[in-house]
Amino acid sequence: MWKRLAPEILQEVKKMKNESHIYKRVSKIVFGLMSPKIIRKRACAKIVTAELYDREGYPVDGGLMDVRLGVIDPGLRCKTCAGKLKECTGHFGYIEFARPIIHIKYIPYVLNFLKSTCRECSKLLITDEKIKNLKKGSGGDSVRKSSSSIKVCPHCKAKQYNVKLEKPSVFMENDKKLSPVEVRARLEKIPDCDVEKLGINSGMARPEWMILILLPIPPVTMRPSITLESGERSEDDLTHKLGDIVRINQRLFENINSGAPEVIIEDLWELLQYHVTTYFDNTLAQIPPARHRSGQPLRSLTERIKSKEGRFRHNLAGKRVNFAARAVISPDPRINFNEVGVPKIVAMELTVPEKVTEWNLDWLKGLVNNGADQYPGVNYVFTSDGKKRKVNEETKEQIIEELEAGCVVERHLLDGDISVFNRQPSLHRMSIMAHKIKVLEGKSFRLNPGVCTPYNADFDGDEMNLHIPQTEEARAEAEILMQVQTQLISPKNGLNVMGSIHDAITGNYILTKHLTFSREEAVNILYSIGVDDIGCMKFNKGEVSGKDVFSALLPKNLDFIGASKDGEEVLIKKGRLIKGIIDKATIGEDNGTLIRSIYTKYGEDVGIDTVGRIFKLGLEVLLDFGFTTCLSDTDLPKEVLVKNDNLIKNVEKEVEELIERYNKGKLEAMPGLTVTETLEGEVLKLLNRLRDEIGHRVFDCATDDNSTLLMARSGAQGSFLNLAQMSALVGQQSLGGGRIRDGYTKRTLSLFKRGDLLPDSRGFIRSSYKKGLNPYEYFFHSMTGRDSLMDTALRTPKSGYLYRRLANALQDLKVEYDGTVRDSNKRVIQFIYGGDGIDVSKSEGGTIDVKRIVKEVMQKI
Amino acid sequence: MLKNLIEKYKDLPDNLVQDIEKIVKEQKLSSEDIKKVFKKVMEEYEVSKIVPGEAIGVVTAESFGEPGTQMILRVFHFAGVAEMSLTLGLSRLIEIFDARKIPSTPKTEVYLKKKFSSDIKTIRKIAAMIKETSLNDVVREFSTNLTLFRVEIILDPVGMRDLNVTKKQVIDSLEREDFNVKETKDFIYVRHNDEDAKFVDLFRLKEKLKKVLIKGVKGITQVLPVKMGGEFIIMCAGSNLKDIAKIEGVDEKRIVTNNLFLIAETFGIEAARNMIIKESLDVIKNEGLNIDIRHIMFLADVMTSGGVIKGITRSGITSEKESVLARACFETPIKHLIKASVTGEVDNLNSVIENILLNQNVPVGTGLPDLVAKMVGEEEARMSKKRKEKKVKKGKKKK
Repeated sequence: MWKRLAPEILQEVKKMKNESHIYKRVSKIVFGLMSPKIIRKRACAKIVTAELYDREGYPVDGGLMDVRLGVIDPGLRCKTCAGKLKECTGHFGYIEFARPIIHIKYIPYVLNFLKSTCRECSKLLITDEKIKNLKKGSGGDSVRKSSSSIKVCPHCKAKQYNVKLEKPSVFMENDKKLSPVEVRARLEKIPDCDVEKLGINSGMARPEWMILILLPIPPVTMRPSITLESGERSEDDLTHKLGDIVRINQRLFENINSGAPEVIIEDLWELLQYHVTTYFDNTLAQIPPARHRSGQPLRSLTERIKSKEGRFRHNLAGKRVNFAARAVISPDPRINFNEVGVPKIVAMELTVPEKVTEWNLDWLKGLVNNGADQYPGVNYVFTSDGKKRKVNEETKEQIIEELEAGCVVERHLLDGDISVFNRQPSLHRMSIMAHKIKVLEGKSFRLNPGVCTPYNADFDGDEMNLHIPQTEEARAEAEILMQVQTQLISPKNGLNVMGSIHDAITGNYILTKHLTFSREEAVNILYSIGVDDIGCMKFNKGEVSGKDVFSALLPKNLDFIGASKDGEEVLIKKGRLIKGIIDKATIGEDNGTLIRSIYTKYGEDVGIDTVGRIFKLGLEVLLDFGFTTCLSDTDLPKEVLVKNDNLIKNVEKEVEELIERYNKGKLEAMPGLTVTETLEGEVLKLLNRLRDEIGHRVFDCATDDNSTLLMARSGAQGSFLNLAQMSALVGQQSLGGGRIRDGYTKRTLSLFKRGDLLPDSRGFIRSSYKKGLNPYEYFFHSMTGRDSLMDTALRTPKSGYLYRRLANALQDLKVEYDGTVRDSNKRVIQFIYGGDGIDVSKSEGGTIDVKRIVKEVMQKI
Repeated sequence: MLKNLIEKYKDLPDNLVQDIEKIVKEQKLSSEDIKKVFKKVMEEYEVSKIVPGEAIGVVTAESFGEPGTQMILRVFHFAGVAEMSLTLGLSRLIEIFDARKIPSTPKTEVYLKKKFSSDIKTIRKIAAMIKETSLNDVVREFSTNLTLFRVEIILDPVGMRDLNVTKKQVIDSLEREDFNVKETKDFIYVRHNDEDAKFVDLFRLKEKLKKVLIKGVKGITQVLPVKMGGEFIIMCAGSNLKDIAKIEGVDEKRIVTNNLFLIAETFGIEAARNMIIKESLDVIKNEGLNIDIRHIMFLADVMTSGGVIKGITRSGITSEKESVLARACFETPIKHLIKASVTGEVDNLNSVIENILLNQNVPVGTGLPDLVAKMVGEEEARMSKKRKEKKVKKGKKKK
């Protein structure tokens, strides 16, 4: 590898080697079975005794903790590679079995071999011509199937018997036990060409290797012992198991050598087989699991690998990282969308490696001089010879003196550093975004409430993670591809995931609806959110309208036609809001048309900036104007209450009539329904209509100074239904698509009459939340509440699994340079992505809006 | 003029061109404007094109996975008929992506030819013809007469009238299935064909008789005429396309079922793909969610691009992965590793997860481009490698 590089690159690489690491790249991995030869060749020690330590506590030679297998004690050195703890990754050893042992995981393959080969000559039980006729690529299955009925070997004419597997690991031929020795002898004789025909790669695996005569002993580093507080050593499960294996194996050896009776040898052999089996897999159904003395089952090799906590999913696919922090989050609307407020103590712990050059030398010297305990300081310095040195009062001066170009300084976080911010569950790519650091006082991470939606965060105790990228490549990628402003539009549906929420919407709604300001007030508000260009405001008798104040945030040449939430036109011409009220439909998340328009026209940075300022303006207006919600918001005028009561009475009468008709059998069933179902449907329809009607009435009678209503109208939070439920009535509770069904005999609760079908007994709540629910209403209400809780709890793991499967199946599909979508085998899935090659996250709701373009073209003329 | 422009901007996808054509016709733009429109659309299209290396699979997975948490879990009881319900929401979505052979609530929508679709009576008649009626539905009692060694069947006159079945029909259909049927005044009886049958066989015969199809289409347990979009259609619980299509009056061109495999079998894989898209879209719309159609199409393409419907399960798409480690990472790692060791599989580390396992760059997104460095003596190195390989081969042969 080295010699093939061009000389000048070679020199460069050599230089680099002195400085840092050269990374190896694995280009492929070949799987295969280990032959006894390889096991012995790779081993560094033969293990002969089950003893672990001698009296001094030093590992015994030839024991399971042999120092030749690697070291786990700080003071010792590995006898094989002379490496210390953490330098030496460990080496394998081996033991020799007194009698062959079957590897439990390969039993199906062994059975397959035994069944499809001759017991005498070990050739396949079918003739070569027949094999040719069999389908290719179907592996051993078809060979085995067609040989299962053959009673006489076509090659040597020997009679064949049926081989059966008596679980877990005993092979029976005609009710006679086949010992592993015999099995191995048969497998050994199978010629390579026949092995291939059974779907096994003879270059990589010989069938007889599935019957173990040697067992590799994993290095000590793979099964470290822990020293308890009492000074006692507690060994790893694998060590325990290997100890058992070695001990029984030794006893078996001794017994064979001393000529013990066959029964004893058989017993020991079986025991050894059991131990080896449970060493590989302790969760097999047919075998009692091997246990600790405390009764807890031992963790075998299989369990180490599989399942969520296994090596693959826990350690390899998911890794732990350095330079990360986790803290509670809290809101700060005054920082930008793409910033994150970081507490000083965190900023002093996390660092950015800064390469010293002659241009930043003085600045970095200053930082080093601050030390590790003073805020913009330095924690560690890598000197040019690669040594890591901690900065403290004693070493400070010397480090400053030695600091030169080529050193790397790990300095504290500074404002503007790039960081990666994440909240679990990371369900979509907006769950991990890059933010600029803003070092703040306090002890929590601060984020703009506008970015809560993509993270799905709130501030009731949520915690989030912060990562600091450590290389230039990582920083560049984060800054260009992951920053908040690049993620404004969701790849899910092409709508904006960020926008104004809650108070920010209410504020802008009030502002653009009816507020007017004096010159001073207007300037004050705009100034406090960082807008100093107020040239566009028109003063009318020293007063300025809220619309003009809002316009001060917009780009100067913005033209926009949109609609507000209730369908009225919103018109912006040359950066001035002329007509319409700003609400959720224009600046909200999901479908904020104005936000998207600014974003596509002026780009990411202007877009996110404007969104941030609109957000701040909304809050500032509310702060100035004053905004609150209170109990009196839900007060209703008397005549409305009376009207509502009458309405309820009327509907009840209708329901009663329906029930009467039903009881008399006069109710006609709707097609496909039973009579009872028809009744239920009709009643439900009536009651829901009643609730809606009352809801609208409440909505209509509420005045403009009603804050709850204001919030609902602007789309900030709540709906007319919420208001109606608070002030007038809660309405029918529905459980599983219908009214509450009987829990007792013919009634829902024992306080009702049997057969009662009236609204009250079926979960109709005529009280409002303000008035309070009576006991049975409360009960019905909690029924539906519990139902929805249950639904959520059952759904989460289901959808999580679906997601995992999807992600796993689709993870290597990507768009190639030729525009096609292919999988990792380079098989074409789509010729152009989505039929038109449009990236949803760069589109407007999934397409390019031709209508808008035509409009724009026309306007320019 | 328009044609020239279309020719000029032939890189534009068809749907955009169609959009432009439509608007141009509506608004009667001047040729100058049309030119500008085309130019502008092309500009925007270039900007919003997908970038090579984009890990679009993951984006799709996210687009389904994230809203999945918001979907409901419940079975919607269709129009109240007890046996006729529809799986909806997350459960149905999982069912589609799993590619189950038979959906948990199979459904067929039967459209009728114009002549038949106006009169409710003819519609009911056709519906009755579709509904499966087995012998069990028209029988009051099955009894085994052990002394005379026969199964006696007492028919249910009320049930027969309701289902419009005559005694002769019953006997005919039994004879069609080669049963030894005899008729008496009160009942009909069936003898076992085999002379020396045992008692057990008699009971088996009884069970077999219960399932004999008298009339209708096999597998259709419920029928319900429903008015949809101005015409009557027949909703059927159960799925069977071929037999329903044979019934007179049925518009065989518009018949639809939610059984994906049946569609793939009868109409081909492209139809199945479209059905996957339609069914998924229905679920998503029903939930009030908004997922771009591209993601759904993409998933349908992934599932069907092999020519058969493959589910997103460990036995479906994931099992087709070339890489051992990628498969092992998903589910049943031991099984995959053991198999790989025996067959001597080679993992070339072409896809994402293996490289994550090994702490290496993944070949998607920004991990895709590589710097190319010119090697000196590259040719020589290759030659010497070949020579070595030859030597090794020779050595093997000698052995």
